[in-house]
Amino acid sequence: MEHYLSLATKAIFVENMALAFFLGMCSFIAVSKKVETAIGLGVAVVFVLGITVPLNQMLVTALLKPGALEWARLPNVDVSFLSYLLLIGTIAAAVQIVEMVLDRYSPELYNALGVFLPLIAVNCAILGASLFMQERDYSLAEATVFGAGSGIGWMLAVVVLAAVREKLRYSNVPGPLRGLGITFITVGLMSVGFMAFAGIQL
Amino acid sequence: MAEVSTREAFIDPLFNNNPIALQVLGICSALAVTTKMSTALVMCLAVTSVTGLSNLSISLIRDKIPASIRIIVQLTIIASLVIVTDQVLRAFVYEIAKELSVFVGLIITNCIVMGRAEAFAMQNPPKLSFIDGIANGLGYSIVLMSVAFVRELFGSGSVFGFTILNPVNQGGWYVPNGLMLLAPAAFFLIGCFIWALRSWKPEQIEEEFHVGALLELGNEGHLR
Repeated sequence: MEHYLSLATKAIFVENMALAFFLGMCSFIAVSKKVETAIGLGVAVVFVLGITVPLNQMLVTALLKPGALEWARLPNVDVSFLSYLLLIGTIAAAVQIVEMVLDRYSPELYNALGVFLPLIAVNCAILGASLFMQERDYSLAEATVFGAGSGIGWMLAVVVLAAVREKLRYSNVPGPLRGLGITFITVGLMSVGFMAFAGIQL
Repeated sequence: MAEVSTREAFIDPLFNNNPIALQVLGICSALAVTTKMSTALVMCLAVTSVTGLSNLSISLIRDKIPASIRIIVQLTIIASLVIVTDQVLRAFVYEIAKELSVFVGLIITNCIVMGRAEAFAMQNPPKLSFIDGIANGLGYSIVLMSVAFVRELFGSGSVFGFTILNPVNQGGWYVPNGLMLLAPAAFFLIGCFIWALRSWKPEQIEEEFHVGALLELGNEGHLR
């Protein structure tokens, strides 16, 4: 249990997807103008990450590990070079399925998340988490914790940035720095803040 | 869009419509791989070739792709190109490929590649799309290389691994700025890069309506 707790803390704070690995930056900058939209996308990211990382973990174990294809009587076939195709395919498909399921069974949630879901298929945080999972060889339980944890970390970062940017509208920023430039500097300062978590272990 | 000339397609993405500074595309990897110039250079080459080739191949079959599944088709093409790139990198520059770790794979979701495929290659002929892809890759490379230059020079006192500023721990005089090698420095530098670029090309300034601008309203010359 402690192991998982420590993994979750690491994923949320220490190795924050957005602020330490710069993943999902494009949508991070694009949707952080308003707290409401930031929360919407954040929830969608947590949702999709929590589903796709364990899903990809199962697929990687079943298809890509050395000797994994033994069930198909192909013990010597190594298809690990196809991993990118497998991961991104799963993500795109999962996003599509989540969208359809939500549309059918929970229209309110669909209305809230709807516009963000297609955006998510190309969010690097999602693919990044799956790639990290593969590189670090997580077990299924670890992958679930890691997926949900990094999603929550990303959401935390984007909501905080949106809150800062809403206030930033009242300040007189030098012309050329307005918009994108000052946002980057703000994110940099947030990243300094998050570095305070470095080295924390439970 | 048909009247875009070859020259415009090539020059525009470099400064006027820079993918990172103006279109806000492909920032993720721009920040992560810039602690050293050699990794940044390899990343630039990889991204430029993938963007160029994906634009070319998507533009070739653009009339055959059904609109409803175009994202998946584009992703598949891009993922295949990235796999090829990844295998080439592992074969020839294994050390650097290892340092880049997941970021080669992340070229798939690099928004420059998807963004240009969607915004340009779907509407334009193959040759022009190829040029557009290469040029966007180069625009990305300019930002990446300048950020990497500053980070490596001040962070570890070297350029491409050659010592320029002799650091203290090797008996020299330069105290390396450790912050440069950490995540926040990348954000600050890109912010400053955008600042510099927009001071040079003021038409790129975003007009966010802020209270300061309201106070300046009397001064209408400054407001567009």
